[in-house]
Amino acid sequence: MTPPAPALTPSTETTLVRTAAGSTQPAPVLDLMALTRRFGSVLAVDALSLTVPSGECFGLLGSNGAGKTTTLKMLTTLLPPSDGDARVAGFSILDQAEQVRRVIGYVPQSVSVDGSLTGYENLLIFAKLYDLPRSEQERRIAEALAFMGLTDEGQRLVAEYSGGMVRRLEIAQATLHQPRVLFLDEPTVGLDPIARNAVWQHLVDLRTQLGTTLFLTTHYLEEAEAHCDRIAIMHLGRIAALGSCAELKASLEPEAHTLDEVFTHYAGTSLESGGSFRNTSTDRATALRLG
Amino acid sequence: MSDFPANPLTGFLEKTLVITEFELRKLRHDFTELITRALQPALWMLIFGQVFARSGMMHTGKVPYLDFIAPGILAQSVLFVAIFFGINVIWERDLGIVQKFLASPTPRASLVLGKGLSAGVRSLSQAIIIYVLSLLLGVKLNWSPLALLNVVAIVIIASTLFSTFSLIIACIVKTRERFMGIGQVLTMPLFFASNAIYPTDIMPAWLKTISHLNPLTYVVDALRTFMLAGSSSTFGLGRDYAVILLVTTFLVIIGAKLYPRLAT
Repeated sequence: MTPPAPALTPSTETTLVRTAAGSTQPAPVLDLMALTRRFGSVLAVDALSLTVPSGECFGLLGSNGAGKTTTLKMLTTLLPPSDGDARVAGFSILDQAEQVRRVIGYVPQSVSVDGSLTGYENLLIFAKLYDLPRSEQERRIAEALAFMGLTDEGQRLVAEYSGGMVRRLEIAQATLHQPRVLFLDEPTVGLDPIARNAVWQHLVDLRTQLGTTLFLTTHYLEEAEAHCDRIAIMHLGRIAALGSCAELKASLEPEAHTLDEVFTHYAGTSLESGGSFRNTSTDRATALRLG
Repeated sequence: MSDFPANPLTGFLEKTLVITEFELRKLRHDFTELITRALQPALWMLIFGQVFARSGMMHTGKVPYLDFIAPGILAQSVLFVAIFFGINVIWERDLGIVQKFLASPTPRASLVLGKGLSAGVRSLSQAIIIYVLSLLLGVKLNWSPLALLNVVAIVIIASTLFSTFSLIIACIVKTRERFMGIGQVLTMPLFFASNAIYPTDIMPAWLKTISHLNPLTYVVDALRTFMLAGSSSTFGLGRDYAVILLVTTFLVIIGAKLYPRLAT
């Protein structure tokens, strides 16, 4: 029932960034090289190696505490790796963090827009922080609001938004500068099915129109199956399985019928996995605020 | 042209002001905060100030006691509001706002200084309250535009200083409960080990030494010099400005180093 989204104008200045590192080969937009993170004696992410080609929708699955969010935090330069490196659009997260930040967008799991500002203001601050040319700011913000179906709500305080509207505004905010890679941590957690569909519709459009690579974590297997080109199932900081949904189902003996079976097989059934108290309370608080 | 600002310094200043601008825009949507800020300084001036002025126990030289403490109460109210500023970033961390800003190319120092400056601008409302109360209570104020401009500058810098200090504590403790505890513990020593409500001359030697290491003492000294008619500085205005500007710069640098800890 979502009306077709208005088109976005691909920005010209980002094309320069798009061919970072000067390579002529279609290099993978994400290249994780033995990426590792320890918290004390706990190995949260264990020598993760992975490449994601440009334009792919890649889903990271796994039980709570499998290392998904830690991986995302390292790729978005929020958390330094203990070991290893990763390249985002050709830039190293270790010593080119500033350049990495210019070519990525990040939608954290919890609510990341400011309730005491209007939707328009939330976008304006990021337009300024990402150095969008002043002459283009108003047009890009108007386009982003229209694209996310929020034109009428632009001047309202975000505190009055519904959960689905908040998520759409967050995605608009994270993609205003037309990033090459958009990282999303559980983009649809706590949303009702209609709002979830709307969010996905916008993500699919974004990818079609601008070729944005989507790298996301999710607990909703049916969403991963419907939208992700490839998925990786993480277990105890490692990739337990990697491939398209069809490949993963075929990999089981006998062949699995649903992704649930695949997930249970690779992510284990251990009841101890369930995340820490803090993670759980954050999850639930997010669900509460969005719901 | 737009992707990489030509000069890192202009980029830094520009981003700092963007952060400040949006912090202040939030204020537009909620005015109650400005009113609650007025209550505490009013109590100190009207009750504490009046009682001690009548008792004649404080020897403040030629300056009447109420005149003496008016700048002290302004500095104190700036400190008391600023010291709890960090609770906001803990709140923003529990949401995902801090993370999103840290994943953007904004310089860390801009995030920290921009927030500090916004706290500085907000605390001007306290300066207005103190001036109104002083006027009502007959404090002899210096109304020269240059003096007023200096008061504005000192209030903004002082509030930036203490709110950045608060932000550093928030980056270290990360939870609201611990933060509130530490905030309570810090305010009183900073306040009492200063020249805000009594001259340092009447302090025992050890306390006097501590008060000379306390940035609040220099804030009060500078405010007293500019606010009161015919007042002169104890330490020299050059030294006052140097101390509070250097401490602020130092704290912003530390804050910028620690701010990314909030995302982990």
